[in-house]
Amino acid sequence: MRRMLALAAAAVLLGAGCGDDDGDDGGSGNGTRLVVSAASSMSEALEACAPEFEDAEDADVRLSFAGSDELAAQIRQGARVDVYAAANTSLPEELYGEDLLSEPVEFATNEFVLAVPADSEIESAGDVAQPGIKVVVGSESVPIGSYTRESLAKLPPDQEQAILGNVVSNEPDVKGIVGKLSQGAGDAGFVYVTDVNATGSDLKAIDLPDDLEPDVTYGAGVPTEAREPDLGQEFLAGLTLGPCATALEEAGFGPSP
Amino acid sequence: MKRRPGRFAVLLTLCLAVTLTFLTLPIVAIFLDSSPADLIDSLGEEGALDALWLSLKTTAISIAIILLVGTPAAYLLATRSFRGKAFVVTLVELPLVLPPAVAGIALLAAVGPSGILGGTVEAAGVELTFATAGVVVALTFVASPFYVRQAMAAFASVDRVMLDASRTLGASEARGFLRVMIPVALPGLVAGTALALGRALGEFGATLMFAGSFEGITQTVPLAIYDRFSTEFDAALALSAVLVAVSAAILLSVKLVHGSEVLGGAPR
Repeated sequence: MRRMLALAAAAVLLGAGCGDDDGDDGGSGNGTRLVVSAASSMSEALEACAPEFEDAEDADVRLSFAGSDELAAQIRQGARVDVYAAANTSLPEELYGEDLLSEPVEFATNEFVLAVPADSEIESAGDVAQPGIKVVVGSESVPIGSYTRESLAKLPPDQEQAILGNVVSNEPDVKGIVGKLSQGAGDAGFVYVTDVNATGSDLKAIDLPDDLEPDVTYGAGVPTEAREPDLGQEFLAGLTLGPCATALEEAGFGPSP
Repeated sequence: MKRRPGRFAVLLTLCLAVTLTFLTLPIVAIFLDSSPADLIDSLGEEGALDALWLSLKTTAISIAIILLVGTPAAYLLATRSFRGKAFVVTLVELPLVLPPAVAGIALLAAVGPSGILGGTVEAAGVELTFATAGVVVALTFVASPFYVRQAMAAFASVDRVMLDASRTLGASEARGFLRVMIPVALPGLVAGTALALGRALGEFGATLMFAGSFEGITQTVPLAIYDRFSTEFDAALALSAVLVAVSAAILLSVKLVHGSEVLGGAPR
């Protein structure tokens, strides 16, 4: 019952999405369908640039956002997608190693920051180690979660332990972390600067010292089982040059290294 | 005299076969994909037993709350008529048709830290988000309509003559409710409990959005399955199989009790 409802809701949402696309295309409708699986952190940027790509290529772009690890798992389970864009380079490299993905390209960078509600008094990672601070992080399997653990490991061990001890939730993707923080449920979280930008003024980003900041590079490739590999390569190229590159830059992403 | 089965009967059989295949194939696949050894291993894996224990605990607490409060409420709705009753019943049933994500958002908006009653909850010293209590709230919210609806139908179908007879014999309404209505309506109440149990045990979206996901505190089995989905698909499968087995066991035992009540029939 619950699943049926979820499916029905998904169908309605997808339907609504298609409706918009058709409107943008002026009803051309018979474009090829391109399925793009991308990390949640890129949702605003890619949603903004997808219509332009659709117009230019006479294609119908289906964007699917989730944690990079879940999208990778879907591809391993045989999901037919045309582009896989992850929030790290290791997941695309893994898929490439398993012959499931074309050789990955690096197309953007992001900044790993400490996010707090706009009215928070927290100013540094040290403040997050104080007792009673509710910290929301990504689950270990999702890139933001592994970046978080990687970064905290560079802190003095007692501070690292204190912060990990303050963790109240391991969320499956960045949206979960941001949602909990903007609802005032959590006091601090580790996310990408683009996620904080996307909330408008609900959250503020606190820069971390350079030595704590992990190198966040986004990698993408075209799955071996893609239905539209050529169009997928087009989309991939557009991530570094073209409307999607611009949209990523506007959302706060850095250029590919 | 023997007649060939009509086309309609063939159609009915065909539809049943399709329904059955569609509903059982995914469940069978879970068990085909994970060997019994995997199942045992997955329970030994860190966190799996914690998740199972948390699921059982929170489900039990929320079911207790639902029975305690929902039974008298359903009784009232079934035995009284008042202005706006249809509206009240609709409100009670509304969470049945809400997607879990909506339930999660709604709970955050109501009793989350920035919700309309967030201040009150905090002043009372109660922690819901990121706490086991929050899981119980989420489960109770999504599961109670399943019970209340069924209980209402059960009470409504009890012959009023029985209750009237107990009143004539001098029993108070409270006594009649406890000694006559509940025993007679029991099969229906048990069926409602089973539905609510299943719903609570499987709850995912509202729990994740409202209470978060933390091992041993808020990470119930469905959340643990989702957490393992990407990195440890086999462990996720095995844990799914465990949840199927537990749910089936609950459903089956409830059916057995239910059946014996129907057969045993008479109230004590």
